[in-house]
Amino acid sequence: MKFPRILRRKEKGGIANFTMRGVKREEEQRRSVFTRRALVLATGQLGLFGFLGYRLHTLQVEQGERYATLAEENRLSARLLSPPRGRVLDRNGQVVAGNRLNWRALLVAEQTSDVGATLETFSRIVPLADHERARVEREMRRRRRFVPVIVREFLAWEEMARIEVNAPDLPGILIDVGTTRIYPEAEHLAHIVGYVAPPAERDMDGDPLLQLPGIRVGRSGIERHHDLVMRGRAGAVQLEVNAVGRIIRELDRREGQPGQDIEISVDTELQKTIRGKIEEGTSIVVMNARNGEVLAMASQPSFDPNVFNAGVSNAQWRQLTANRATPLINKAANGLYAPGSTFKMVVALAGLEARAIGPGERISCPGHFDLGESRFHCWNRGGHGGMDMRSAIKLSCDVYFYELAKRLGINRIAAMGRRFGMGVDLDIELPGARRGLMPTREWREAQGRGWALGDTVVHGIGQGFYQLTPLSLATMTARLATGRAVQPHLTRSIGGRPARGGRPEDWPAMGIADRDMRLVRDAMWAVVNEGGGTAGIAKLPGGLGQMAGKTGTTQVRRVSREQRERGFRVESLPREYRPHALFVGYAPHDNPLYAVSVVVEHGTSGSGAAAPLARDAMVETFNRFRAAPAQRVADVVRGT
Amino acid sequence: MLLLCAVGAVGYVALYSAGSGNPDLYATKHALRFGFCLVMMLCIGFVDIRLIARAAPVAYVVGIGLLVMVALHGEVGKGAQRWVDLGPLQLQPSELMKIVLVLTLAAWFHRASWERVGNPFFLVVPAVLVLVPVGLIFKQPNLGTSLITAVLGGAMFWAAGVRWWKFAAIIGAAAAAAPIVYENLREYQRARITTFLDPESDPLGAGYNIIQSKIALGSGGLWGKGFLQGTQGHLNFLPEKQTDFIFTMIAEEFGLVGAMGTLALLMLVVGFCFLVAMRCKHQFGRLLAIGLGTNYFLYIFVNVAMVTGSIPVGGVPLPLISHGGSAMLTTMIGFGMLISAWVHRDAEFGPARD
Repeated sequence: MKFPRILRRKEKGGIANFTMRGVKREEEQRRSVFTRRALVLATGQLGLFGFLGYRLHTLQVEQGERYATLAEENRLSARLLSPPRGRVLDRNGQVVAGNRLNWRALLVAEQTSDVGATLETFSRIVPLADHERARVEREMRRRRRFVPVIVREFLAWEEMARIEVNAPDLPGILIDVGTTRIYPEAEHLAHIVGYVAPPAERDMDGDPLLQLPGIRVGRSGIERHHDLVMRGRAGAVQLEVNAVGRIIRELDRREGQPGQDIEISVDTELQKTIRGKIEEGTSIVVMNARNGEVLAMASQPSFDPNVFNAGVSNAQWRQLTANRATPLINKAANGLYAPGSTFKMVVALAGLEARAIGPGERISCPGHFDLGESRFHCWNRGGHGGMDMRSAIKLSCDVYFYELAKRLGINRIAAMGRRFGMGVDLDIELPGARRGLMPTREWREAQGRGWALGDTVVHGIGQGFYQLTPLSLATMTARLATGRAVQPHLTRSIGGRPARGGRPEDWPAMGIADRDMRLVRDAMWAVVNEGGGTAGIAKLPGGLGQMAGKTGTTQVRRVSREQRERGFRVESLPREYRPHALFVGYAPHDNPLYAVSVVVEHGTSGSGAAAPLARDAMVETFNRFRAAPAQRVADVVRGT
Repeated sequence: MLLLCAVGAVGYVALYSAGSGNPDLYATKHALRFGFCLVMMLCIGFVDIRLIARAAPVAYVVGIGLLVMVALHGEVGKGAQRWVDLGPLQLQPSELMKIVLVLTLAAWFHRASWERVGNPFFLVVPAVLVLVPVGLIFKQPNLGTSLITAVLGGAMFWAAGVRWWKFAAIIGAAAAAAPIVYENLREYQRARITTFLDPESDPLGAGYNIIQSKIALGSGGLWGKGFLQGTQGHLNFLPEKQTDFIFTMIAEEFGLVGAMGTLALLMLVVGFCFLVAMRCKHQFGRLLAIGLGTNYFLYIFVNVAMVTGSIPVGGVPLPLISHGGSAMLTTMIGFGMLISAWVHRDAEFGPARD
């Protein structure tokens, strides 16, 4: 800075040479000082202008692209379009899971400066319970700021009007119409169709659809099994929005893919009729014996799937889960039971195939079977006398099958059981359906226990470690009836395209000798239709053909020797200790179309409690499908 | 004159766009106001410069009076008392005060010889003249304008020939005092400084304006998005686009080219002020012109630096382009005096001897 020093020198000079022209000189001096200083100012200002120019250049040219992208992001907002969820139809096209309109109030966090204030105002217009507010706030934290969160669903018309009127005081609140799941048949098909619920954190599989408000995922049954197919794919609109998120215009729209309808094989009317006949703890499965379609599957008690849709409250949930009758459990596919005497056909076929016994070979039944120290009783204390296979099945002689099991060994029995679909995965479209257990020596040893011969003997009459579902018993019956390894299934078509397994030819032959099968079928026919058979009560009324079947009664509790000697009667036991009652059957005997299995928990006697239900179910099935006999029967047979 | 009309026209175009193609919203008012101010400017332009100089003390008293009025019962806008209601006109006295300060200082230093300017005691009075309004504006509180006013006063001192070492001393003292001042700043003023240092720290809060302004500027690119095509402005991402952020609007729609053009035009206006200052034969005119030029320059610089995120946001408009009466009115009054200085540049107006 030389400048000031020069000035100072001049200053001194000015004082020394003061003259008459002082004023003028002073003016000159001031002017020149001013000029220099003005130049300094001008230079500085020019420099600052240069700086601004440089800033602009940096922002607009060097970083222009980055900011252009940001501006686009500001301007564009992609919104997902929620596709309608596919429906579930029964075999007659009746809707058993549908969608209905649902007016909802949504809140978009990014469109309001104060979420709390908006909710406060909202609750003065439409009262919100504390737990509703807590849920909204929880979801707000979980979702991204631009994703709308449902504040209130199923708005009534007046509520909507009130919200619309107060819209200016409710920044961030929008009203839209969505769909909600409805199950017109409520509890009748709940175990089959299942239910939907809002997705939980663990359901978030990366599908953007799950972020949408009001979206539901299948939680059980068909809804869960076919969830992805029924969900469809999200569409998207690209919108131009302004700073407060108001939509200016739509730039681009990609329609999503609506979820596909699922047609299931169940006949709703049949299902309802059968359900009406059974009590708590009973389950019935009616199958098309030829192709494995499940025509009805009832389990009592049931529940109303509609309550899960809006989000079930804690109290409701506790009530459902704490109920000892387990309404949420589909006993037909999840309940596990020992098959009892209904299993005897399998033991018989194993014996015939292994040539452990001849069809005509007679085994004498004195009413009990001794193995070393142990004595195993026949249900008939007096004994059946000489029994061949046909009469042993017809009369359900236990001693015959004790002896046969002893000859076969457990593993050959179990192998035959698995061929009949028991203790194996049946791939039914019901998540949570149980595979069950077909015990073997190895299985027992894996538990660290030995397998005794006495165990084998007991398993010959279907008692012991077996854990089988009514569904697998129906499958066994269908396979006995047709000789084909049909698998039970519920899906007839997906989005109009027939699902696999609808035709009998889709299922392979069992590979069991025809002669053996005929013998066992004939014995099952005798159970129902011949004098002295254990289930004469299951005889069908005239004109419907004849049913073949087998009863079963399985002990829940061991009967002690003293009880036996005192002339014990099961009716004297409290209900929860009474034996389960079972019946399996198919009809018509000469041209099998339907297979049925019935399990009545603590029903005491297969012939007394289960057989009549099986008969009624079979009659109802015929009635439903006889309406237009030629077409109906053909329809059932073709399974299309 | 032509220059000013050009600037006014740029404002019209920009405001037309800010009103989303609706001239009634901002642009028409702007034009009317500009026309009114132009007439007023010309009227002032023909007043004798000596008369203006003599009016300086009166103007100063009026200016201070208005500031005090604001402090006592002004309109509260955006957390501060800045406005005073004068019938049909709402005025920001702080804007007027800057012009008045230039006028007053020019009048004061006009009478000062080189020697007297060197005398520290002679500087006490003008220093008080500067500090009183600065203090009042700071109390409003309006940190930005009070700083600008102080800098403006400093520029006047500099142009009048106050010795450089005094500036050095003041700047040094200010640097030492800065931390203490920061401690006493209002919450929102501190927020401005911190968000300036890191705007992304609060993208939806205090940093929103700066970020959106930078996005708008940057996305304009070299050639801009075209007239009425700016997305940031028209979709309201840009706040206060018709006032403080009007330059952003111009830069978004007309790109770097348009922004530089506007800047160049404004620079010419400042340059014209300097030209007048150089050509003036009397100290009063010189100081007046350079003060007005610097004042206008400070508006431009602070505004543009603000919208480009170079300095903290300060609510400073871009006069003659921004929508808003106060700044335009005072700026045009200033230019009226400038014209008067130009017209009477050769007038005999010696330093008063008393």
